[in-house]
Amino acid sequence: MGAFNTIAFKPEHCDGCNACMTACATAKTGSADIINSRIQVVADGDTFELALCRQCGDPKCVANCPAAALAKDDASGVIAWDGSKCVNCLLCTVGCAYGGIVYNAAAGHVVKCDSCGGDPACVKACDRGALTYLTTANIYNEVGDLEDLFVPGLAGCQGCNTELIMRHTLRRIGPDTVLATPPGCVPGMGSVGYNGLTGTKVPVFHPLLTNTASMLTGIKRHYKRQGREVNAVALAGDGGTADVGFQSLSGAAERGEQILFICVDNEGYMNTGMQRSGCTPFGAWTSTTPVGERGKGKTQDAKNLPLLMMMHNCEYVATASTAFMEDLYAKLDRAIDASKRGFAYLHIYSPCTTGWRFPSAENIEVARKAVETNFVMLWEFNPRDGLRLSRPLDEPRPIDEYLEALGKYRHLEPEQVGHIEATVRKNVEQIRGLAEGRRAAMA
Amino acid sequence: MQQTEYLIVGASHAALSALQAIRMQDAEGSITMVTRDDALPYSPTVLPYVVSGRSAPERVALKDGAWFEQNKVGFIRGAAVTALDAAARRAKLSSGEEIAYGKLLLATGAAPILPPIPGLKDVKFHVLRTLDDAMKLNKALPNTKQAVVLGAGLVGMHAAENLAKAGAQVTVVEMQPRVLAGYFDAEASSIIEAAFAAKGVELLLGAKVSRCETAGQGARVTTDTGAVLDADLLLVAAGVAPVTDYLAGSGVAVDRGVLVDDTMRASVDGVWAAGDVAQAKGFYDEAKILNGILPSAVEQGKIAGMAMAGDPAVRPWPGGVPLNTYTFFGQQAVSVGSQEAGETVRKEADAKHYLKIVMKDNRLTGIFGINVPFDPGVMWEIILRRIDLSSVREAFIKDPQKTARTIMSKTWR
Ligand SMILES: Cc1cc2nc3c(=O)[nH]c(=O)nc-3n(C[C@H](O)[C@H](O)[C@H](O)COP(=O)(O)OP(=O)(O)OC[C@H]3O[C@@H](n4cnc5c(N)ncnc54)[C@H](O)[C@@H]3O)c2cc1C
Ligand code: SF4
Ligand code: SF4
Repeated sequence: MGAFNTIAFKPEHCDGCNACMTACATAKTGSADIINSRIQVVADGDTFELALCRQCGDPKCVANCPAAALAKDDASGVIAWDGSKCVNCLLCTVGCAYGGIVYNAAAGHVVKCDSCGGDPACVKACDRGALTYLTTANIYNEVGDLEDLFVPGLAGCQGCNTELIMRHTLRRIGPDTVLATPPGCVPGMGSVGYNGLTGTKVPVFHPLLTNTASMLTGIKRHYKRQGREVNAVALAGDGGTADVGFQSLSGAAERGEQILFICVDNEGYMNTGMQRSGCTPFGAWTSTTPVGERGKGKTQDAKNLPLLMMMHNCEYVATASTAFMEDLYAKLDRAIDASKRGFAYLHIYSPCTTGWRFPSAENIEVARKAVETNFVMLWEFNPRDGLRLSRPLDEPRPIDEYLEALGKYRHLEPEQVGHIEATVRKNVEQIRGLAEGRRAAMA
Repeated sequence: MQQTEYLIVGASHAALSALQAIRMQDAEGSITMVTRDDALPYSPTVLPYVVSGRSAPERVALKDGAWFEQNKVGFIRGAAVTALDAAARRAKLSSGEEIAYGKLLLATGAAPILPPIPGLKDVKFHVLRTLDDAMKLNKALPNTKQAVVLGAGLVGMHAAENLAKAGAQVTVVEMQPRVLAGYFDAEASSIIEAAFAAKGVELLLGAKVSRCETAGQGARVTTDTGAVLDADLLLVAAGVAPVTDYLAGSGVAVDRGVLVDDTMRASVDGVWAAGDVAQAKGFYDEAKILNGILPSAVEQGKIAGMAMAGDPAVRPWPGGVPLNTYTFFGQQAVSVGSQEAGETVRKEADAKHYLKIVMKDNRLTGIFGINVPFDPGVMWEIILRRIDLSSVREAFIKDPQKTARTIMSKTWR
């Protein structure tokens, strides 16, 4: 059984406008009377609750139907109702504990949500952001059967985002790969292995922090000379990319070497004890930018590494986040493709539970907040089309939502927050300008 | 001799739900399902519609051959289990074959009771529990002018409606003073009775059949109230009893049904029972009861299957709650819970509508409606969870559907 798309409800965005119910009733019955809506939003004082079919994995309505009139569709996951078989016994409504299937007097039989064949009318009608149609399941269906090319039991911290990035990316890139992992969390958690065994199922090597891109260049050229099509991929931390590793990286990018360099940006040298890097943002606590009587965290801004790479006019440059997996996967596909023609660079943000100090269960939420507050922006670039935004920068959530989620910013004073806000604003303007410049150039 | 890790006897709701639960936990263990019906799995509940012609017999199968193949299940149909040697873990089939099993589920359901009425054995009559029964009734329908139904439970009432719709003059004889006495009180039953009366169905309530005899092609039925009824079709729907005859001498403890604990384990190692055949704890007191309804069979089957496969997520049987949905002449009656386990906090009835809510210590014990919308599954869960309704009591009594949905959305959605 695959994974399925689903309608998600965020009650905090709902204001009880009933647009979803009107849209559903209209789509299903032609009458706007919300009594006919398959989705029922219930007001409870100032908050809103939901009764809607969950398209269960182990549906009790189906088990309770004596007439085989209900069945789960293998492809869509929707529990479909067959009116030609239904005998109106209502036993499905006894099985369902969610109010997902109900007798409708106008229709004269039970009715339930059918997800409108994958384009739900309720979601389209909700302009408050309370209803969304989650299609992320497609990723699982597409790549779920691909082999995980890292071994089980890597020794990452609990809730580590970097491990997720490693497993997801390599699974997609596939086994015809040589992997370079310079010192950092990626080899540190065991991917280069112990006692002569590697932690990967592809050839992996452990260059110096300084020479990752040049070693990979050599390897790629060697295979090319042999006539073999091999992906040469680096999974490097931000230190190994932005600071110590930068000159070899810059050289390989400028030469247009056909490699894919992935920077896993956790904003510091986390593996060695959480020291600052060139990518550590202003104000952040690290072990070398301590907080005390005088120190208040880092006093310089982070360098904008993906922009620097864009200025190399690489074949492909993009930023991505594990909170937006469909976007990440699409960019990965384009990066792999571009690396067959020239240099491809992918910058993936990787919140670090240990070094940033937040609960390990919240990693993806932190990643999401970083993007939704514009602290991190998602975009992509190629020399022909210029820079393109992957999601709009308008209406960001307040930056406090992001800063307050992280222990490394707990000490911030109002001026520091002001500085960060100003920096985010400046960065947004810069990226927006580049994106609009592209449009102007192409018009 | 055939060997199987799991042997499931029966192929209806309890059996299928157990099978699915086993396969969730154990993808490979060998499973054999045996049923005495020579048919693909079907539900007794759909049979009234097979009788009426609404459901074609070939379209009521709950699973097909491909499904059994996909789930790696050996499906033996048309063979009844006739004896059980629980110590040796072997079951004997009517075909003479024996099957050795590791774990056994008894899901043989129930069969119609024949009341000890003088002369009944000697007249032609119908019952309704199997697909065969239904097809026989369906065949008899066009030639039926006068039908007599013994019993005004769900089976009798469903049949009476369909016989009436087919144009027969129908009389229902019931010992109790009202129809569907197990699920509804007098006011609610009277709405249902009125609907039947309006369609010309005669209800002889509080009457007992004292004698049956053959009369022409049909039967003549005499009641203790003095009525004499001629029937070219006689249907006996006077209740059901668990099918346990094949357990004689097996050591499996049987009271009215197979006695089971909270994970549906019978008294003998390696044996479980679920559905209409099982006698399990009731919800309102601990006494073991028969609760012969489809949703209980589904739930018990799931618990039994999980327990048999060693699924660590298995949760104990919370106890049987009487519940039912009953559609009659296009109207809907819903009964969830017990009328007696608490006090009535709302009751209103008119000719077409009925609603009654019963609570104890601010907890719902039962809700009953006719043509009043609420979600029975949500109410059942509220009862099972013994949710304290004190903070929403007034709202619940005023608008049970909306308030229950709110509770659901907040508590378990
Ligand atoms: C006409 C009618 C209407 C009904 N309407 C409703 C309703 O509206 N709501 C409701 O909740 N319930 C209703 N019921 C009851 C409901 O159908 C049962 O509660 C439910 O089917 C029980 O499921 P089960 O799996 O326990 O047993 P059953 O459905 O009885 O199945 C028993 C299975 O065991 C097999 N079997 C029996 N003996 C043997 C043997 N010795 N060897 C091998 N196999 C054997 C049978 O072939 C069958 O496959 C109705 C029943 C009938 C007859
Ligand atoms: S109707 Fe209810 S039981 Fe059926 S799939 Fe939907 S939520 Fe699940
Ligand atoms: S009302 Fe229809 S869909 Fe629901 S259980 Fe009965 S036959 Fe199945």
